[in-house]
Amino acid sequence: MKFTRNALFISLLTMTAMSANAQDLRIGLQSDADVLDPDQSRSFVGRIVYASLCDKLVDITPDLDITPQLASSWSWSADGKALTFKLREDVVFHDGTPFNAEAVARNLARSQMLPESRRKSEVSSIEDTTVLGEYEIRLNLKQPDSTLLAQFADRSGMMISPDAADAAGKDFGLKPVCSGAFEFVERIAQDRIVLKKFDNYWNKDAIHFDSVTFLPIPDNTVRLANLLSGDIDILDRLAATDLNQAEASDAVEVVRAVSLGWRGMTMNIGNGERSNTPWGNDKRVRQALSYSIDRNVLNNVVFNGAFAAGNQPFPPNSPWYDKESPIPERDIAKAKALLTEAGYPDGLELEISVPNTNVPTQVTQVIQSMAKEVGINIKLVTKEFATLLADDSVGNYQASQLGWSGRVDPDGNIHQFVTTGGGINDSVYSNAKVDELLNAARRSADQEERKINYDAATKIILDELPIIFLYHQSWIWGLSPKLKGFKSYPDGMIRLEDVSYAQ
Amino acid sequence: MLNFVLRRLVIAIPTIILISIFVFTLQKLLPGDPVLAMAGEERDPQVLEYLREKYRLNDPIPIQYLNWIGNALRGDLGISLRTNQPVLDLILEKLPVTFQLAVMAMIIALLIGIPAGILSAVKKGTFIDYCANAIALSGLSIPNFWLGIMLILLISVKWQLLPASGFVSIFEDPLRSMSVMIMPAFVLGTALAATLMRHTRSAMLDVLKSDYVRTARAKGLQERTVILKHAFRNAATPIVTLTALLFGELIAGAVLTEQIFTIPGFGKLIVDAVFNRDYAVVQGVVLVTAVGFILMNLIADVAYVLLNPKLRNLA
Repeated sequence: MKFTRNALFISLLTMTAMSANAQDLRIGLQSDADVLDPDQSRSFVGRIVYASLCDKLVDITPDLDITPQLASSWSWSADGKALTFKLREDVVFHDGTPFNAEAVARNLARSQMLPESRRKSEVSSIEDTTVLGEYEIRLNLKQPDSTLLAQFADRSGMMISPDAADAAGKDFGLKPVCSGAFEFVERIAQDRIVLKKFDNYWNKDAIHFDSVTFLPIPDNTVRLANLLSGDIDILDRLAATDLNQAEASDAVEVVRAVSLGWRGMTMNIGNGERSNTPWGNDKRVRQALSYSIDRNVLNNVVFNGAFAAGNQPFPPNSPWYDKESPIPERDIAKAKALLTEAGYPDGLELEISVPNTNVPTQVTQVIQSMAKEVGINIKLVTKEFATLLADDSVGNYQASQLGWSGRVDPDGNIHQFVTTGGGINDSVYSNAKVDELLNAARRSADQEERKINYDAATKIILDELPIIFLYHQSWIWGLSPKLKGFKSYPDGMIRLEDVSYAQ
Repeated sequence: MLNFVLRRLVIAIPTIILISIFVFTLQKLLPGDPVLAMAGEERDPQVLEYLREKYRLNDPIPIQYLNWIGNALRGDLGISLRTNQPVLDLILEKLPVTFQLAVMAMIIALLIGIPAGILSAVKKGTFIDYCANAIALSGLSIPNFWLGIMLILLISVKWQLLPASGFVSIFEDPLRSMSVMIMPAFVLGTALAATLMRHTRSAMLDVLKSDYVRTARAKGLQERTVILKHAFRNAATPIVTLTALLFGELIAGAVLTEQIFTIPGFGKLIVDAVFNRDYAVVQGVVLVTAVGFILMNLIADVAYVLLNPKLRNLA
């Protein structure tokens, strides 16, 4: 009897101790995620949630090398038309279904076949798959596609439980079942997404939290206030304008990484009637605009110097950046000379479409005042974002200030923007040589050969300027000082392996 | 009385139909393609076309409307284009949140507005009156978002007394729920308190001049009884109507307040839905709001009748 009572007492004690140690990590996100189905998902914040929820076949290092995750190794065939993965053998999905080659095959088929799938274009080069063994699978490609492996470091490579997916169909996103470090508990739209530690996670020793709560807090000031008051532990995307305040505070530790993406101005070169202007017809005018801009000053004025000035689809610290085409110095004389040469010695007007939020407006205003000095009068047309997208795609613009969140493989940052008929080629720019170079780079598995092709294409693009690249955003995270082990990645994800509260 | 209520309900039906048509057409006039907004960065033409077909966005607008209203009558408001959740579930999830905010704000508004209004009417022309008026004026003119941010910076960040934002249901953790909601409710309530105070003051001033108040005083009644029992009771009728009408303003104010304090309520639901061109959600929310507003007015009318016996014959 006494023994039972003692046992009860001890177990009660342990329970209290455990609950006292139950550690919940709270992450403040800039916006709410969309549907939580890797095949249907399209928002950046959604990917931050997946980083804890869904493991991928491969991952990236902070230096953009591809590293194993669910796949332990991979190899390309000599002709580049087959990619073989060997898989980890100790992985189960959150519902207990074992992870194996069969599961990978079913996942890839879903990415290709689900009518709502947003991943179709990413995996379109896969002809079919061959299961070689319990933990080995070969992907047979229609043509060589060197971009494919990097796709598996993002949503296309996220493996979901195939049984759960079949049962739920397109409603899978309401209760996602993956194999990541944390499993789904609940979601209250616009309020929170709660995940709890997955006990059978293959890498569970690296995980030091019992649960993670994601809280969408769109207002930058309020999100920072939450971090300062200790209501959240990690803040996604600190505003560059708040950087000084955050760095001065003891309650915040700031971590940064230059992103994979770019911001720039798309010039309407061939998209409908509105492309028929000097801006669409004469590259010298576009070059003059580019020379009128001091990209470093732009970065300092609008972003406190926290971002990276840029002139290419890849940031200057990227291995894909063409070092032979450095960021041009501002050159008013040259800009004026180009305008005169093009027949506009007295300058001319340009209308730029801008999303109606602070940062893009400020950026364009700075450009406006710089361009004025060479005789280019810029008129800002602010549009609500959805309207801007729609107008750009049908050609209702002269120039448009937009950007791209960036992809691991260089192809994702440039191919669809400037190749003939590319999915996001709103400029409707077309140059056979660029097409040829970028398509060759897509097929080649030899990194050096790819680099030569990208460099050559970049030189043409910088000469013809269908897009005037301006800067590269930095990811800026605010962390509670009690956290340790956080590593920044250029893809902006929050990876929780080895992150813990300092003892 | 029942007759009166039924009659009012029948009159409400065409109003609701008109509102539903209005909202439906209005948002179709919004520039921007919902499918493009849904597609995000990846824009696969095949997927875009599939989505257009699926959500029947290629149909003529009148057909789209009939489809929607037909389903709505059967209790199906469609699914969110963004998160795939049923719109009705979203609304039912958000409604209690905004309701709690609105009720708390209203209580704060009444607690401040009515006593201040009575006091400044009774002490008309004195320092107290001027003070109350000055406070009321600032309550009306200080923007919600500014007051909200200032409170967050002062109370949450500097003093660390209350959580900065978020929401906890009152059924889950009443204490935490109150501590999270008190700041937004205060921000929302102060603007209303000012309106209430101004109206209470003028209604009281009217009544205080009337003969029966003078008679009551002449009878030697205590001043307290004269003001609360005789004067305020009669001044209360227009205030009740006003309070009901203010509920509309509350919902409108909640849109901004919820945005600042990141409260996952009705207002935030609709703002995010408009930006994401999540048509099904916008329509559902506006329809439910319209119905709610009409019901509030009905309740006000009933209360009016109950408070003012003269109107009972009319009813």
